Parts: sequence; C-alpha cells; structure tokens
Amino acid sequence: MAKKRLYNVGALLAGLGVTFKYMFQKKPTIQYPSRKKKHAPRFHGLHELRRYEDGKERCIGCELCSSVCPANAITVVGAENTPDDRRSPGERYAARYEIDMLRCIFCGMCEEACPTDAIVLTPRFEMSDYRRASFIFAKDRLLVPPEAGVGTAPDDRPGGIPADLGRVAEIKSTAEWQQGYDATWRGSILKTQQKGLAEE
Amino acid sequence: MSSAWWTPATSIWWVVLVKCAVLLFVVITTFAYAMLFERKVMGWMQLRPGPNRVGPWGLLQPAVDAVKLILKEDLTPKTADPLIYRLAPFISLLTAFSVYAVIPFSQPAPGNVWAIGDVNAGILFILALTSIGVYGISLGGWASGSKYPLLGSVRATAQMISYELAMSMSLIGVLILAGTTSLVGIVDSQAKWWFFIPQFIGFVIYVITAVAETNRAPFDLVEADAELVGGFNTEYSGLRFGLFFIAEYINMLTVSCIATLLFLGGWNAPFGWTAVPGIVWFLLKVGFFMFFYIWLRSTFPRLRYDRLMAFGWKVLLPVAALNLIGTAVYVALAG
Repeated sequence: MAKKRLYNVGALLAGLGVTFKYMFQKKPTIQYPSRKKKHAPRFHGLHELRRYEDGKERCIGCELCSSVCPANAITVVGAENTPDDRRSPGERYAARYEIDMLRCIFCGMCEEACPTDAIVLTPRFEMSDYRRASFIFAKDRLLVPPEAGVGTAPDDRPGGIPADLGRVAEIKSTAEWQQGYDATWRGSILKTQQKGLAEE
Repeated sequence: MSSAWWTPATSIWWVVLVKCAVLLFVVITTFAYAMLFERKVMGWMQLRPGPNRVGPWGLLQPAVDAVKLILKEDLTPKTADPLIYRLAPFISLLTAFSVYAVIPFSQPAPGNVWAIGDVNAGILFILALTSIGVYGISLGGWASGSKYPLLGSVRATAQMISYELAMSMSLIGVLILAGTTSLVGIVDSQAKWWFFIPQFIGFVIYVITAVAETNRAPFDLVEADAELVGGFNTEYSGLRFGLFFIAEYINMLTVSCIATLLFLGGWNAPFGWTAVPGIVWFLLKVGFFMFFYIWLRSTFPRLRYDRLMAFGWKVLLPVAALNLIGTAVYVALAG
C-alpha cells in the first residue's frame, strides 16, 4: 500500500492543471430561449387535434384515447352531429375534449389508439404557466384553428414514422374518409353478411 | 474669493481629496468587475459560460447585482445586538478601503507618489489595518445572536490569528532583505532581483496564508456554506451583506497588491521591458494573483477545520520561522 502523503503537492498541481485545461474547453451550455436543443425526430410534446382539408374535425368522439390513457388525463364528451351542423364526418364529434397536461405523461397511446388520426403529439414542449387550472387544455387550445390548415400529420413530423410500422396511408379528405369507412366497416359487414348468406 | 481655497498650503489637501475620490472609484469598479471576472472564470473552469445575459458578455452584471442588493430588505434578527450588528460591516469595509491609502501603484514621479501617501512604515500600516478588519467579521458573527454566525466568527478569529502569524513572518524575510518597511523602498530594492526568487519559501507561504487571511476557498471556513449556512454573514441581508461582500473582494485585491509589491517587483518591468509603463505591469501582476485565487477556489475543496489549523501551526509557521531565521543569518553574514 502506497504511503499516504499528507501534503501531496504534485496532486495539487495536477488539479490546478485540470481546471486550467477546462477553462478553454468548449462549453456544452445551450443558450435556451434563444437557442433550442434539437429534439428527437419522434419527440412527444403537446397534443394537437387535427382537421380534414375541408375544415371538419377529425375527432369523432369515440373516447378511445380517453380509455387508453394510462394517466387518465383525457376527458372526452361526445355529441351527435346534426345535419345542419356537421362538425366531423362521422356520426359523432367531441363536444368537449380536455387534456390535463399535469397528468399527461406524453406516452403517445392516445395517438396510437385514435382511429382517425385526430390526436397527434407535436414536438412543442413549452407549456409553462403559473396556475394549475391553465394546464387543462381544452379544444380552444388543442384543436388546430381552421385558418392554420389541417395540423401536424404523424408522418409529417421530422423523421416521420419508420416505413416498417406499416401505417395505412393518410386519409386526406372527408370523402376519402367516407370511402374508407365504407371500405372497412360497411364493406366488412357486407362481406360477413354475404359470407354468412353463402354459407347458409 | 478671498477665502484662498487654493494656496500651496491647502493644495496638498485638494490633491489628497481628489486622489481619494479617484481611488475609491477605481477600487469599487475593480471590485465589481473582479466579482464578474470570478464568476466568469469559475464558470469556464466548470464548463459553464458564466453570467452572460446582462449586457454584452454579461458586462453589466455588476450593476444589476448592486441594484438587487440595494433593493433587498435589511433584516436585523431579534436576538442581535443592534448597534454592533449594524456597525460590523462598516468596520470590515472601512479597514479594507483604508489600506489603499498607502499602496503605491507606480514609480514615484518628482513631486508626486502614485499613492495617497508614501508612508515609511507602509507595510506595517497595511498589516495593522487588515488585522482590525477581522473585527468586522468576528463582531458581525457574534452580534448576530444566532448559532451559525457565531461558529463562523469563532473560526474567523482562530483562523486569522494563526495564519496572520505565518504571514507576518513570511513578510519579515522580505523586509530584512529590503532593509525598509516603505513600500516604495521595497519595490525599489527589487530592481535587480524580484524577491520571490531569494524568498521563494516566503512567497509560497504568503500566497497560502493570504488565501486564509481573506477567507477564500479552500480556506473559507469562516463562511463554509456547506456546514455553516453562510458563516458570519448568515443573518445579514441586502446592503449590509453587500458591504461584507465588497470587503472580501477588496481584501483579495489588497493581498494581491501586497504580493505584487513585496514579491513580484511591484511596477518593475520583467526582462527590462520598460517600454510598457510601470502601472501596467503592476496591474498585470495584481490581475495574475486575482486569477490565481479564483483558480484555487474552483479547483480545491474546503479543508476540514482541524486540518486547516494543523497546517497553519505545524507546517506554515515552523517553515516561515526557519525561513526568517535563515534570511536573517544570511543578511547578517553577507551584508
């Protein structure tokens, strides 16, 4: 065992050398408000409720996001579309859609569950505020304003979705949605019915 | 206009007054930027940019710091001794300022010294004043009427007394070689050899004790944020805390000036580079010491209290004494 030296001058000088060297090294600081760190391509930030190109809301008030949410952060109250006030192409729309950002863990399950790609996590992350109540984001802050277009498509995000995830190509318009709806649901129901008839 | 405010007899007072005003301004500005410099350098050494939000490169930081300190509430604890509590910061600051009365900054010109006064016992004057400065810290901690400041002030007393001994002894070696206690005389006698070469041991001891004397890390047992909250100044706030703060930095500047004057040849130019004026050399050398103290602070952790005392009494003091005796014997035999 090395003899313990009470006053190891060499070690002191070596320490001074380290700090002197560090003085000239590049500083890793990011000057935050003026410069921001590059986020990961699939960064999960603030949610956004998207629209179709004709301005209709994508959300059909199915509450799947709310059911899947592990943090119970989402509240959806659906309402029936009426012929003279069609908010969404489906039968229902979200009359209330609220996310408590203090509960949300930004896992993205709502986005995965959404059958219409209505809710999407954008890379926006600056949500600081002074009051707890202001962290409950309702439709007025979640829904893309009509003049701002359709919102961030999941595949538009920087980096996009890896091709091997096999997501169905994005449905761009209400008409397409109707076709898709027919093709998937009505179509399959028809097929089942036909199949059943044929078997009988 | 018959009051004759400008006569040969009164002119000396005016000159001193102007010198005082200029010096006060220079010293306070230096303090402000020494603080910024310290935060910058420590930041760089810790891989941070340091303050850089106020003004270009954070150059206006001292101004906003001053505003902050002035606007803060001036608290006096219920248990404090109000008079001494309020007096203590002024003792610290006044003694810290007074030292600059005798520090010469450059070669004396005919009819003028680059100091408020060229006192023939300048170094003794400085040592006396810095010793009084300890009273500010001790009394401030004592009068706060609370436990951490008290511990801090007890440490201050013990630490400063034990380190001042070794410090004085290391300085006496220089005084013996120079044969004078006048600061101008000491610098003049270093025209050939700066005293840090013949008095290298004394130089090292002085630099170490000066850190302890100014309560700077790694010898900042008096403040010891980690164990004593803020040490002697725990209860102080606002401007009174600011006064202690200013005093600490001015003391740092003082010990740097003394080290420059006594060991690094004051305003003497190295290698005969006399094209650069003496005051520039003086300031460069002082700046080097200031940097060195910041460098120490960002490198070394605080010593344990008993180790600090052991180091002072068992290492520095005997070595300083031997150095002093050796110097005295050398001068007696050779001179």
